[in-house]
Amino acid sequence: MWMSELPPFIPFFIAALLALFTRGWVRGLIVLATPVLGGLHLWLDVEPGINQTVSILEYELSVMRTDRLSLLFGYLFHIAAFIAAVFALHVRDTTQYVSALLYAGSALGAVFAGDLITLFIFWELLALTSVFLVWARRSERAIRSGIRYLIFQVGSGVLLLAGALVHYQQTGSLAFDFIGLEGLSGWLIFIAFGIKCAFPLLHNWLTDAYPEATPTGTVYLSAFTTKVAVYALARGFPGTELLVYIGAIMTCFPIFYAVIENDLRRVLAYSMINQIGFMVCGVGIGTALALNGAVSHAFNDVLFKGLLFMTMGAVLYRTGNMNGSDLGGLYKTMPKTAMLCIVGASSISAFPLFSGFVSKSMVMTAMIEEGYDYLWLMLLFASAGVFHHAGIKIPYFAFFAHDSGIRTKEAPLNMLIAMSIAAVLCVFIGSQPQYLYSLLPWEVDYWPYDTTHVLAQLQLLFFSALAFVWLNKQGLYPPELHSINIDAEWFYRTLLPAGARRIADSVQVTGRDLTDAAIRSFKQGGKSLSDTRLGRFHLAINWPTGSMVLWITIILGFFLLADVVL
Amino acid sequence: MIEQHLSLLLVVIPLIAAPVTAMLPGRRLPWLFTLSVTWVCLLLASWQLSVVMNGSVISYELGGWAPPWGIEYRIDAMNALVAFIVAAIAAVTLPYALRSVEKEIPEYQTSLFYAAILLCLVGLLGIVQTGDVFNLFVFLEISSLSSYVLIAMGKQRRALTAAYQYLIMGTIGATFLLIGIGLIYAETGTLNMLDLNQRLQPIMEHRTVHTGFAFIVVGIALKLALFPLHLWLPNAYTYSPSVISVFLAATATKVAVYIMLRMVFTVFSSSLVVLTSYMFLVLGIVGVILPSISAIFQTDAKRLLAYSSIAQISYMVLGMGFASVLGLTATLVHVFNHALMKGALFMAIGAIVYRVGSSRLENFQGLGRQMPWTFSAILIAGLSLIGIPGTAGFISKWYLVLAALEQQSWLITGVILLGSLLAVIYVWKIVEIMFFRPVPETVIEVREAPASLLIPTWVLVSANLFFGFNTELTVDVAGTAVRLLGVTAP
Repeated sequence: MWMSELPPFIPFFIAALLALFTRGWVRGLIVLATPVLGGLHLWLDVEPGINQTVSILEYELSVMRTDRLSLLFGYLFHIAAFIAAVFALHVRDTTQYVSALLYAGSALGAVFAGDLITLFIFWELLALTSVFLVWARRSERAIRSGIRYLIFQVGSGVLLLAGALVHYQQTGSLAFDFIGLEGLSGWLIFIAFGIKCAFPLLHNWLTDAYPEATPTGTVYLSAFTTKVAVYALARGFPGTELLVYIGAIMTCFPIFYAVIENDLRRVLAYSMINQIGFMVCGVGIGTALALNGAVSHAFNDVLFKGLLFMTMGAVLYRTGNMNGSDLGGLYKTMPKTAMLCIVGASSISAFPLFSGFVSKSMVMTAMIEEGYDYLWLMLLFASAGVFHHAGIKIPYFAFFAHDSGIRTKEAPLNMLIAMSIAAVLCVFIGSQPQYLYSLLPWEVDYWPYDTTHVLAQLQLLFFSALAFVWLNKQGLYPPELHSINIDAEWFYRTLLPAGARRIADSVQVTGRDLTDAAIRSFKQGGKSLSDTRLGRFHLAINWPTGSMVLWITIILGFFLLADVVL
Repeated sequence: MIEQHLSLLLVVIPLIAAPVTAMLPGRRLPWLFTLSVTWVCLLLASWQLSVVMNGSVISYELGGWAPPWGIEYRIDAMNALVAFIVAAIAAVTLPYALRSVEKEIPEYQTSLFYAAILLCLVGLLGIVQTGDVFNLFVFLEISSLSSYVLIAMGKQRRALTAAYQYLIMGTIGATFLLIGIGLIYAETGTLNMLDLNQRLQPIMEHRTVHTGFAFIVVGIALKLALFPLHLWLPNAYTYSPSVISVFLAATATKVAVYIMLRMVFTVFSSSLVVLTSYMFLVLGIVGVILPSISAIFQTDAKRLLAYSSIAQISYMVLGMGFASVLGLTATLVHVFNHALMKGALFMAIGAIVYRVGSSRLENFQGLGRQMPWTFSAILIAGLSLIGIPGTAGFISKWYLVLAALEQQSWLITGVILLGSLLAVIYVWKIVEIMFFRPVPETVIEVREAPASLLIPTWVLVSANLFFGFNTELTVDVAGTAVRLLGVTAP
């Protein structure tokens, strides 16, 4: 179709430019055709082993490096971009179209980047283009949340650049291959990846910004940023043992927050961290099976998490509300959406025959094979927790529970189509995993459907469901309340502003005292200081000509003196 | 035939054209004439650049007198690059000048105004072309005197004070330079740069030579607005007519950087470099941070950009301070790129001044929506100023950071990055006021700037993007130039 070296981000960027100037069905066609044609091109024409370089400065930037790992993510992102585009087809907002296309393109650019500088460029582009999907909600909250998001993301980019430079200084190479946690560069890059990957304490941007984005924007957001980070970890840090522990914590801690959270999209955001935790564990274990598990779980997560975000997006679109306490009983008016939501929920809970099962079990098996028994138990607990907050809570509070009395319409056709595509893929991959397995980067010798696996998983799920039912009946389940829960964000959303205010106050008081004292002493000396300039930056004002003559003298004097001394 | 005299023609053509322009009547005619002269100059300058790009050197003997006695024009990649910048900025500024000058300069002064621009151009090109230190001083005075005049033509009465201040300080600087030249002439008996280099080697220990060196460096430091000798610059840029802000901001200090490089590295060569290195590094560090902070506090867009210019010049000074191949390459590349971004920014601000009549930021509220093209020009050039990848500014910052890393100087690396962060703040300040503030209700509808202002602005803006990807011209020529300077450090 095209030349096979064409970097896949280029069609998206061109499409973004076209989307800027077109309207109506023409634009819809562009947005749909780009991922389809790009994906087909990638599927049919592009083989592993391409390395296309462009020279900028005296560096060879590798803008298109393909192997099985990057290709798999390439396919995935095309599918995700297509589904999200179908879902967003009713939108009239040019900002969202353009930034979504640029965002998807940047994700592809990052995945096919063969060196750290190219990766950095797309890493920053991911941040800059995606923030508009948050801002497009155009509410005060969304704007503030978007700024916090941007600070985190750009911070991650700066760390990546710093790491890349140090790496270059030390090794003389910019190639993006195995990096490892050695030396300053390794750590800098690791933390940069970690921010995008939502490591614990670095995760707040995710739970903060994703629920504030537009209904369609969140679908895009959930597909790309964190998956690029998982890809980057899988390439740069496979087998780093620290990741196993980080991943295990990531799977567990969001559960508690997700259970008490009222905003259902924020619940999904927490459950996203939980799912990424499984992938991070897989990368950390580093065996072929574990890495395959991590990658395929990323693949599945994009589909089922996208599906869940889409169903919630549809609910938000129709009702304008996302709080578990205000929704309920929507199955009467949105039955199809409810069904699709249950498919997504089953997938994320890893029911056998749904997609989550075939990938999550790979990570779990790899974990027990490598002897991480306690961590395996943590993951098991996390799996039960997922079922709780994502598998039951989401559909239960949105579509069933007490009837909120909201009567609305079924989701628009394009949304239903998008959700159905994702749902079909979830079931297809879950029941016919061999097709996904054949795409995986490493040799697969694994089959999830044996008795132990299926039985263990079913037991887990049924007892977990039992716990939910029992807790609910006893009234012990945390009620859905109107509230804003903040976790580690407390440090910079509460402590920091309060501290800064206090410091500013004290500085102001001291400054005023000093000024008063200065004025008094001047007055006592028989002079008056009409204008105290402490409130302004001293260097920013006009200086008299004479002061510069003084400076010239000083510098010349130094020069001549230095000459004598040296 | 023309190629032989190329380097001379570049100076002589605007020199002859200046008095002719002064005599032309009306508004259009002097403009048209000046425009064609600058375009011819650009043509000649690019020709000259293409000849010496590969590392060869043109040596032109003025009046047929052999070099050490007669004046020699000696062109290598560095001269040609700077001459190209000056000529190109002049050629882009002139189309912009027509409408802007109509608004800001009374008709009876128009022809004199253009004549003064041409004289300034002569001075700047002459400095760059000549290989003779006294000749250089003469051209420096030509360019300085004409720029005092040009600044004084600003609409506000404060322009007079600004010009006067610059006159006093500029004269001190030039006098220092002259004293320095006099001292080394007394020691060596020659004024030719290469000859000076040869003759100074054996007597490098003499105190007189050192004193001469000190006077020369401090004198030039004043002209290039090295912090803290920058005090003339903010007022001069703020109150001069828009066209002059563009032209001077993009060329004058760049030429001063060139003189500094020539004097330190060609005339005195490396034995005295150590002395300047420390000064450049220390003043460069302070000069990046404090003026950037000052810029944040400004309430006038032109003044903000002026302070940012001082900070940007400090980057070039840092590059000189490293005295390494990479550092000097960074300096030269930044000379080129900074001309592009500051030119574009001052043009865009000038376009706003054309419509609104003021460059004070409080009058910019909500203009982003009414003047979208001007606003996007400011945005893109501002990104380049910050050093976002994909813009020209990134390339120079990148080389500077590499040079700093090469010296294992983490402090300076940090300072460069901090400077970029501060640039984010002051660029964002303009963007925020223009785009996110609502239009005050008292303000009547403002239209987009006329095309004759927008097109030159966007030429420079696109150059910012183009040179962010294509570095063949900038980095390669700068590399050649630095090689010819004979820097020995890595």
